[in-house]
Amino acid sequence: MGVTSDVIRTNQNIWTRARGWLRATYAHVPLLAWLFASLFSVLLETFVGIPLARALGLGKIPALFGVVLALDKPALIPGAFLYLLVIYALPISILARLVAGIANRLAAWLMTFPVIVTAIVHLGLLYANLSLWAELSDYRDLVARLAMIAIIVTLSLNVVNGYMGEFSCSHPGFMALGAYAASFFTIVLFVDENRFGAPLLPPGWGPFMFPISLILGGIVAALGALLVAIPSFRTRGDYLAIISLAFMFIIKSLFENLEVFGGARGLSNQPNYASLLVVFIWTILSIWIINNFVRSTLGKALNAVRDGELAASAMTVDTRRTKMTAFLFAAFWAGVGGGLLAHVIRYINPDTFGIRKLAEVLAMVYLGGLNSVTGSIVGAVGLSLIGEALRPLEIYKWIIIPIMLILIMIFRPTGLVAFTEFDPVSLFRPRMENRKEVDHGAA
Amino acid sequence: MQSILQNLINALQWGSFYALIALGYSMVYGVLMLFNFAHGDIFMVGAYIGFFVSTGLLALDLGGLIGLPDGVALGLVLVLTLIISMLLNTLVGMLVERIGYRPLRSAPRASAAITGLMLGIILETGNLAIFGAERLSFPTLIESQTFVLAGVSVTNKKILIVLVSILLTLALHQFVRRTKWGMAMRAMAFDYVVVPLMGISINSIALLTFGLGSALAAAAGILYGVAYPVLDPYMGILFGWKAFVAAILGGRGSILGAGLAGFMLGFIEIFVATIFPSTMRNLIAFGIILIILTFRPHGFFGEPYSAQLRL
Repeated sequence: MGVTSDVIRTNQNIWTRARGWLRATYAHVPLLAWLFASLFSVLLETFVGIPLARALGLGKIPALFGVVLALDKPALIPGAFLYLLVIYALPISILARLVAGIANRLAAWLMTFPVIVTAIVHLGLLYANLSLWAELSDYRDLVARLAMIAIIVTLSLNVVNGYMGEFSCSHPGFMALGAYAASFFTIVLFVDENRFGAPLLPPGWGPFMFPISLILGGIVAALGALLVAIPSFRTRGDYLAIISLAFMFIIKSLFENLEVFGGARGLSNQPNYASLLVVFIWTILSIWIINNFVRSTLGKALNAVRDGELAASAMTVDTRRTKMTAFLFAAFWAGVGGGLLAHVIRYINPDTFGIRKLAEVLAMVYLGGLNSVTGSIVGAVGLSLIGEALRPLEIYKWIIIPIMLILIMIFRPTGLVAFTEFDPVSLFRPRMENRKEVDHGAA
Repeated sequence: MQSILQNLINALQWGSFYALIALGYSMVYGVLMLFNFAHGDIFMVGAYIGFFVSTGLLALDLGGLIGLPDGVALGLVLVLTLIISMLLNTLVGMLVERIGYRPLRSAPRASAAITGLMLGIILETGNLAIFGAERLSFPTLIESQTFVLAGVSVTNKKILIVLVSILLTLALHQFVRRTKWGMAMRAMAFDYVVVPLMGISINSIALLTFGLGSALAAAAGILYGVAYPVLDPYMGILFGWKAFVAAILGGRGSILGAGLAGFMLGFIEIFVATIFPSTMRNLIAFGIILIILTFRPHGFFGEPYSAQLRL
């Protein structure tokens, strides 16, 4: 017994010491420095990635950090590992530490301007990272876009399931409404297609009108959400879950029967408007707006309705208006996500928005964490990347992923990062020494 | 008139499957206030177990050993298949409870719903991985005979399916009403904070509830195999979700309500399919359910209650 506890203690000591060292080394590295360092990494990959991959016998660049490759051909694991080390791990960890001083001063200087300037600089750097990274392979580009759309959809579901505490199953339905409406708009107006005939407007206008089509998709989805929101006045919890589930089936069945939209065969030939930049902008927009929404008075009212509807209404919260707003708002963003999805995969059919989609979105929300914007981002990106990375396992992927989720649910029942507030401004701050946030952030 | 009667009989058969599956949902929901989203896949597993048990029994040729006539021997195989598969599937249900639900007793209910969903996916994929994508065909356990009564054709299979499902529903109802275990289950549904203090183990009641539901799901699976002898790993998904809707429609904790709602869902689907194109089936069936729930939010036999979300 004594020996075991000693072993545990030494292990703990190593662990805590390593953590302490990491904290001491990286506590003062601001986000800006990380972005610069990873930009360097990505540039490094752009210039020497292909020769290095060849030299290591990998054939081509490991697309998703080598995981796919490692699972496909285990013999290449050392090569992939070395590649990751040389291209990503070492440059980022060393460079981030090196430029921390300059980056801190730069961040502090940027903070003297309005916050929007800092935000734009950070987002610009983030996008530069992402686009350079995605430029190296089409597969990366697709995965990145799908992951970002997953963020939008997961966040919007979190508004209803996490912040308002309902168990809504209707999100695939909202996505379908948005996807079909947006696709219909762009196909009829800008695409020469045999079902809808010649384009009504010059196709050159298309990319500029694309936001309108997405907003239209969102509005259609929000109108559909009325069907779920109105019964939610009378009932809550489990019966609402059924109503939303019925709604999902109805929407799916509706599109199977509407021959205008291709019936069960679906719609294809969506124009290729949803480039990485477009998806990126919409994702940032959704994170920003949804985060502001849940931190506003109305967002707090959602939590109040969740924790005690009667008490909330006694405290002058208009519960009907709150529920209605939350449903319509969430549905709007799900519709936008659906519209983007339709233009990324450029083919939709009613089966795209079925039970599978529901399981996927629910898993993302509950994996990431309820009531948390950060959690939704973690859940959406994490599950999308894991799903893609485990692709070589074929159907065993669908055994591994559920087992992982079950374990997470058992050990962290509310998800990985639940019940937190997301404050982007604090991310942008410089991390000088003797600042309060350092201790605060470490706690 | 004749076609209406004919459809009535088809609807009874179709509703039997929903009713039997809905009972399992309804019990788990009534007693433990949980959604067991793996239940549709437990139904699928039950059908597969039935397939293997019946194939095994046919290969053993018990009737030949004892010297029974063929028809009786087949009947014996059917009865044995039902009993053995129900017992085996009880174990599957208990396993699902043990792995997916017991560790989450104190977690938010939605988390348990997610583990159920994931266990369902594991069951489907595991099945696909083990037995491959080709569909299995269920062995014939009843020689099909068709009777014509007043211009309506009735097969002995349909009669058997409807009778067995009604009998099982009533048996479960009696079990819950009359036995001590049933009383414990009802008590648990009533208050699950105080009841464990009275010396009733919440874990054994949970196991019992999942086990009973899974046994009925196995019966549904075998009856389904008798009527439509094609099995595939994804057959449980849509059945499961629809039976779930039926269970809720019946009202919380009401066994007969769940059974009736299952039959009603069968009626709606069959009659919609005869009047409208069959692709409209889901659309109209769920539309009707949406309307019913808007006006009777607590189902047919459920009492209004406030959902205690433990979040």
